[in-house]
Amino acid sequence: VKYVVLIYSNPTTWAEMPAAERDRVLGVHNKTIKELNESGELLRVDGLADSRATKTIRARDGVPVVTDGPFGEAKEFLAGVWAIDVESLDRALEVAAPVAEYDTVEVRELMDLSGMEM
Amino acid sequence: VTEPSFEDLLRNLAPQVLGALTRRFGSFQTAEDAVQEALLAATTQWPEQGVPENPRGWLITVGSRRLTDQLRSDLARARRETAAAALLPPLELVAPAADEDLPADEDDTLTLLFLCCHPALSAASQVALTLRAVGGLTTAQIAQAFFVPEATMAQRISRAKQSIKSAGATFGMPPAEERAERLRVVLHVLYLIFSEGYTTSSGPDLQRQDLTAEAIRIARDLQRLLPDEGEVTGLLALMLLTDARRRARTGPDGSLVPLAEQDRGLWDAGSIREGVALISDTLTRARLGPYQLQAAIAAVHDEAARPEDTDWPEIVALYELLARLSPNPMVTLNQAVAVAMVDGPRAGLDLLATLDRDDRMIGHHRVDAVRAHLLEMAGERAEARDSYRTAARRTTSIPERRYLESRADRLADR
Repeated sequence: VKYVVLIYSNPTTWAEMPAAERDRVLGVHNKTIKELNESGELLRVDGLADSRATKTIRARDGVPVVTDGPFGEAKEFLAGVWAIDVESLDRALEVAAPVAEYDTVEVRELMDLSGMEM
Repeated sequence: VTEPSFEDLLRNLAPQVLGALTRRFGSFQTAEDAVQEALLAATTQWPEQGVPENPRGWLITVGSRRLTDQLRSDLARARRETAAAALLPPLELVAPAADEDLPADEDDTLTLLFLCCHPALSAASQVALTLRAVGGLTTAQIAQAFFVPEATMAQRISRAKQSIKSAGATFGMPPAEERAERLRVVLHVLYLIFSEGYTTSSGPDLQRQDLTAEAIRIARDLQRLLPDEGEVTGLLALMLLTDARRRARTGPDGSLVPLAEQDRGLWDAGSIREGVALISDTLTRARLGPYQLQAAIAAVHDEAARPEDTDWPEIVALYELLARLSPNPMVTLNQAVAVAMVDGPRAGLDLLATLDRDDRMIGHHRVDAVRAHLLEMAGERAEARDSYRTAARRTTSIPERRYLESRADRLADR
């Protein structure tokens, strides 16, 4: 079953973190990614560039308008996206849990084109 | 009828070649890589140079050469690293001449299936390894069929081979007392390969029909080797009787067409004939099992020229047997539909209500979809519409969601 793991970070939290602690937490991330890769469960991993470089597009009167910065007033921003293919939701939660130490992690199943006739 | 392509020839030969090389060199892991390379070499050379007179011998020779090269470089490394290299046996003893007579390899397919479906592996790994080692598919083909990057699939296969090795499994038949349980796993893996291919048949995913064909091909091989195993025959019949409906189950836009609305003229009469013959024969002589019962149910559907000709009482009876033999909420779900066709929608809804307390089915879209269908039958349009909408929200299948939304919309319009 394919899931995306969406990692939301608060940049202030990370900026204020002591270097040793940041290295430790990133070590946990990298270890998880390495294990997923070795088990053949990892589809891809992406880190997102600084949220301040975000452009937001919204239609106004049917015309797309581009503005600077992320949508809304959030303190946490999408910082990383993993795609995994695992046996079950339990397994997805198990692999995503270590990443949630300082960040908010969403695990969402992907839709697919398979289907049973009813 | 067309000539079997050399691709078919290669896939038939793959397990035989792998069996021969594994027995000769003693390592499944390295032999498996060598066979892949030999198959790739054949794919590039045969179309230009023609199929060799003895294709199996050709593949074994090429595979042996790869393995010998591998051993030679391992040996050279060992020699560099330790003076004890002198104690290693001369290469000629490790790798006998490639053209020597080989025993018949009929049973290699079976041995390989048991090895690839080793219980130490995850289901996804069993599926991948079976398709490569027994099916002769390339890693790229398997990756494409499962919509994962080739690197991911390569990793999965290599991890699977490592797990087999560390589980201490050897290239041989499992002991007699484990045979039944191991065969059950093999059948489950073939069923997974089949449904992976069958449940997708639209748009860019046409190549997934290869999975269905591959599952049927391996099941056919297995049935030939184990003709008295009722469940093997049952599974093959179930695949044939299900696959027979493939062309009718999706509309031109990829939408799902329910059984009752399918154009039965599109059903494959040949597959139905073969499936019905297989299941009828095995039911008279083998011990009953879940695959045989599911095949029998599929046969009753397939033998009805029109939906209204369906022998629903027979289907209800078969589901009752199935529910007793392997109780399972998915069986109850289908049973509820059959019961509704015989005793009316209320009876079906009552049976469905027993699933409300089943943890395994909480939030499962199929429960809502069946409930919606039965409520619609009962004329309760508003409730039916709500249930269709809930089911549509809960499914992760795009074609199912589209189908369920269209049912809900239809009830809203009138």
